[in-house]
Amino acid sequence: MTLPDRVIAILAEQAVLDPSDLTPEARLSDLGLDSLGLVEAIFAIEEAFDISVPFNANEPDAGQFDLTSVASVIAAVEQLVAQKAA
Amino acid sequence: MRRVVITGAGTVNALAVGVPATMAAMAEGRCGIGPIDIADVDRLSIRIGAQVAGWDAGARFDRQKLTLYDRFTQFTLVAAAEAVAQSGLSFDGPLSQASGCIFGTAAGGMTTWDENYRAVYAEAKNRVHPFVVPKLMASAAASHVSMAWGLKGPVYTVSTACASSNHAMGLAFQTIRSGQAKVMLTGGAEAMLTFGGIKAWEGLRVMSPDGCRPFSADRNGMVMGEGAAVFVFEDYDHARARGADILAEVAGFGMTSDAGDIVAPSVDGAARAIAAALRDAGLSADDVGYVNAHGTGTAANDRVEAAALRQVLGDIPVPVSSTKAMHGHVIGGTGAIELLACLMALRDGVIAPNLGCSAPDPDCPLDIVSLAARRAKVGAVLSNAFAFGGLNAVLALRQA
Repeated sequence: MTLPDRVIAILAEQAVLDPSDLTPEARLSDLGLDSLGLVEAIFAIEEAFDISVPFNANEPDAGQFDLTSVASVIAAVEQLVAQKAA
Repeated sequence: MRRVVITGAGTVNALAVGVPATMAAMAEGRCGIGPIDIADVDRLSIRIGAQVAGWDAGARFDRQKLTLYDRFTQFTLVAAAEAVAQSGLSFDGPLSQASGCIFGTAAGGMTTWDENYRAVYAEAKNRVHPFVVPKLMASAAASHVSMAWGLKGPVYTVSTACASSNHAMGLAFQTIRSGQAKVMLTGGAEAMLTFGGIKAWEGLRVMSPDGCRPFSADRNGMVMGEGAAVFVFEDYDHARARGADILAEVAGFGMTSDAGDIVAPSVDGAARAIAAALRDAGLSADDVGYVNAHGTGTAANDRVEAAALRQVLGDIPVPVSSTKAMHGHVIGGTGAIELLACLMALRDGVIAPNLGCSAPDPDCPLDIVSLAARRAKVGAVLSNAFAFGGLNAVLALRQA
């Protein structure tokens, strides 16, 4: 599975949706992920890619990790994976 | 129903060991939060806390006793000794059986769990100390206090996460009010500043990496503390008859459950608990001169708490502060330590400040006593605790 597919699979599992239902443009707030689901999704991403995602539930929009849409999460994960490899 | 008063107080927390020094620190607005000193701190992303610095257990307890005392038990025993000494009580004769203790703790002997898991998992040891079980049990502190002072009536521990000690004190209040006991030691303790304890909290993503700023627009989470506070609750007639110095009256207690979410708080559950405490105390909203807020510094708590306070107290500007920016969030022991700020408001007319709230969140429209202590004549106070799992416990105190 490619990195985008793996991220989509993680988000879909937490949102209880089929991965094919998640378009890159889909906004996380529209997926029905509650705060616990979001924290679990981030944990799953960290475990899957062995990275640390900077995320504080008190300031989810602080901008360190863009959780706006499926595409923005994929881009942020790609960046963290690249940083780890560098 | 019998009236219940407080005739002794004791504490160990990051600000100080002892009530006078703790109140002095609260009055001057000192912050007890700083870098923590624990094993493997370099593997944590949260590295601050309100730690009881320089705690020398060996200087306070003999070696044989220490094999049975987890850190939370040690804190409880030292706080209890101060409270009992202030009360002037001795539990000889019939009073022994008419006295007990109820304490709150969320995790109990967390330090013991942590150290022994490290020994068997990380260090591959195949043997642990024979007293690990009696040392780590959540009721250990209550049992040791009972043994130390000969309290032979109702003795137990309640665990309701961050509301534990408020529930414990509320139940101790009810125990005396109903005539089941003359004297109850009560309060709570927590010693969760361990590698495993902080690691678990990190996972929830609600901890601040840089400081506790309740109700402030720039707050970004809670900061954990540790410690204990213990109070002597006493039947009013009993206290009067022996000429005891009465610190305050425990006027009422309200408890509710949200029956909603395991972590997200609800305005309705909190508001019903606040209203229940007022009703139980026979107080009206305009009697309240100070509210010690739960005020964790998380986005979820502070807005919900502000809305609940407005709902019950109306638009009357009641001074509010969360003292967690000074002593940290002491989890199951936090309500007990915060009751000290309530006593200070009632006794000394000094409202402890809500440090870190330089720019109040507009979504928390309260009269926050920010940055520095405020002088005020306070006749009655509320102390809020709203726990994970939707368990709410609010105490009402008034001047004796």
